[in-house]
Amino acid sequence: MTNSTAPRLVIEGMAKSFFGVRVLHDVSFDSYPGEVLGIVGENGSGKSTTMNILAGILQRDHGRVLLDGAAYAPRSRRDADAAGVAFIQQELNVFPNLTVAENLFLNRFPRLLDQVPLLSSRKMHARARELLESVDLDVDSHAAAGSLSAGERQLLEIARGLSGDARIMIFDEPTTSLTQKECARLFDIIGRLRMRGVAVIYISHALQDVIRLSDRIVVMRDGRVTMRAATAGKTANDLVVAMVGRSIEALFPERAARPPGAARVLEVDQVGEPGMLDAITFNVHQGEIVGIAGLMGSGRTELARVLFGLDPHTVGNVRMAGANLVSGDIAARLAAGVAFLTEDRRHEALMMEASVADNMALAALPMFSKGIDRRVQDEPLKAAMQSLAQQLNLKSGNLRTAQVRTLSGGNQQKVVLARWLLRRPRLFILDEPTRGVDVGAKEEIYRVLDQLASNGMGILVISSELEELIGMCDRILVMRRGRLGAKFDRTEFDHERILQAAFGQGDVA
Amino acid sequence: MSRGALLITVDVALKCVPVIFLVAILVGFGTLSPRFLTVDNLAAILTQSSWLVIVALGVNLVLLTAGVDLSVGAAMYLAAVVTGLAFAMSPVWISLSVAILIGAAFGAMNGLLIVKLQLPAFIVTLATIFIGRGLALHLSSTKVIVAGRALADFGRAELAGVPVPLVLACAAFLLAGVLYRATPFGPYVRSVGADREGARRAGVPAQAITWSVYCLSGAFAGFGGFVALSQSSAASGSFGQNAEFLAIAAAVLGGTSLFGGRGTLWAPVAGGILITTVQNGLVTINANPYVYPVITGGVILLAALLDSLRLSTLARLQRRMFTAEVPATALVAGRSEA
Repeated sequence: MTNSTAPRLVIEGMAKSFFGVRVLHDVSFDSYPGEVLGIVGENGSGKSTTMNILAGILQRDHGRVLLDGAAYAPRSRRDADAAGVAFIQQELNVFPNLTVAENLFLNRFPRLLDQVPLLSSRKMHARARELLESVDLDVDSHAAAGSLSAGERQLLEIARGLSGDARIMIFDEPTTSLTQKECARLFDIIGRLRMRGVAVIYISHALQDVIRLSDRIVVMRDGRVTMRAATAGKTANDLVVAMVGRSIEALFPERAARPPGAARVLEVDQVGEPGMLDAITFNVHQGEIVGIAGLMGSGRTELARVLFGLDPHTVGNVRMAGANLVSGDIAARLAAGVAFLTEDRRHEALMMEASVADNMALAALPMFSKGIDRRVQDEPLKAAMQSLAQQLNLKSGNLRTAQVRTLSGGNQQKVVLARWLLRRPRLFILDEPTRGVDVGAKEEIYRVLDQLASNGMGILVISSELEELIGMCDRILVMRRGRLGAKFDRTEFDHERILQAAFGQGDVA
Repeated sequence: MSRGALLITVDVALKCVPVIFLVAILVGFGTLSPRFLTVDNLAAILTQSSWLVIVALGVNLVLLTAGVDLSVGAAMYLAAVVTGLAFAMSPVWISLSVAILIGAAFGAMNGLLIVKLQLPAFIVTLATIFIGRGLALHLSSTKVIVAGRALADFGRAELAGVPVPLVLACAAFLLAGVLYRATPFGPYVRSVGADREGARRAGVPAQAITWSVYCLSGAFAGFGGFVALSQSSAASGSFGQNAEFLAIAAAVLGGTSLFGGRGTLWAPVAGGILITTVQNGLVTINANPYVYPVITGGVILLAALLDSLRLSTLARLQRRMFTAEVPATALVAGRSEA
């Protein structure tokens, strides 16, 4: 261990709030030169907020940060870059309309001469080639970054972080888009950075990677540090307990066995769209929760959008209760009782500035309108909304006055759920229902979906969290490259096998 | 694969449209009027297009940041009025500098309102059209401004056989080119246009860049107003009117997107010459003057249509990647190893 040397970074009592909601409470940890510090925690545990503060993208409300003993409070990303804090972000921050080289040097273009702010194209491309080589990325530095695959973009992002002389390098979920080979290359790079005395902070959901790479581990939950320990001897389960506060199984309600011979709600027959989906066939029965697993970009979201009519399909049929639904006809799907929760509630579902009640009522207004002037019947609508808010355990204050913007991620998601449940759907398609939602709200969402299914609703869930699908589904279908591959019944659920199916044979990460 | 090949062909074809369009216009007007396809007339077209190209160079930068500047016509008029009134007797280089400075100040005000007060560029520059024009009408007491002798001579002069307005347009292009190519300004502008928040996160001084493109747009408008005044020798109350739409159409016709981030430095040059050619052609074939606005409107619609087609083919080209043979893109499970 390197604890004999002085710490590179010390964080003491850091706190941060958004719109009056505390997202970080009293976060303290340190990091040393030549050490890899692993940080793990659920979505919404405060890891990304902490890193955004270190990188100058957000500013802290309270607390002290020391960088090599000196006070450190970056006001912008530029400040952080200048101080030698490099941040490789989770969201790919690659500009598709710039060249590979321009992307690499966006924050520090090589100059013709040191004092003259003219950029040297020759130097830029020469340096770019070196950097690309160091991450084993075989692309032309003149190429448009938009032509790169997701994995290549991630390597580009990593190369950008290497372009300066960083004292601290923060990797936030760097492996999400990488193949196994690319991951190995990244770990190799991290090893070399550590040898050079860089302090590495490595954030990942892939617990085995964190255990393998790190010297020490910090676990965060709900904006607090719940564990700070040397990595040696720690198992993935130790980390999960510190992350979640209990073992994972306890989050899911006991799933009652599905009654045999239930009627089909949704029938998907050979549905295809060139370049996106290929011969998708499956059914969802009454009272059944069907999960769709697959890699990002495997066509999961595209399938959901086609089923709800947001995008057209050219081949095959979609039927609700036996009746055919025309491609791209959303109105027909709504009439047939289909509901759809998008993966991006902020941009595609909610009106952030509007009240909870306005957001909830949006899809159900026609059902509560009566008479020749189709006037909305306020009282029944209000009663229905209040009973749903109660059923979902929505914590929002007054429905009419509270703005959706001020709610936590979990409560925002409950507003979207309530919007659709007001319509009493027969089939509910949910794309990433627990993304950006805290653990407590997750558990409640699982409970609600379980209840809805036992009352006879058909449910189709897409999720990137395999544990979640295994915990609540009756069946899991695996998508890969626009096709449905393996199917698993609840009795055959097996982590390894589902992953294998998602990656294709022999390519398990 | 044939579908992909088709899309790529369509994409390339759309990029060539300005050239195809220009050839079609040249041939069309050439067959209608023998006076159109003469060396003298073609040279005249280039000279006539000078002011529009200069103004469109600035507007092009604004469009690249996914902004818009509707006030360039007003900035042209304001710059022309001030130089025509207060600097009529000054040497030409002084009045040129003054025109550019007035335009830049006007643009700086736009930029400040947009960046600091977070107002939408569309509304800000819509409002400053009236402020700028009102101010200019007030200063000129609504009288026609007549360019001084020196200025009018300057507008008709030649430098080594090349008309001065054309020389100035080339100078403006070179200036923009150096800024855009030889400094980080170009990539900064395009990164802001692609994703303002992302650019800020990547360490680009996004606010300063946004402010500076409006300053530059104003400065180029002042410059263009000066050139137009020197060519026409007079500026009435309608001077520079609708120039903003011609300038935006020029940049978009040439291939710069209305939605930011995509475009070239050549776009406003190609588009500006194209539009001027159409206008010149209509005059040469003695078209009914009432038809001009109809044709101009058609050109603007065409520009918007091309932009939208380019974007949708681009989106389709990228959508195809979902099932193309790319490496497995993501690990399934957030907590897969747990």
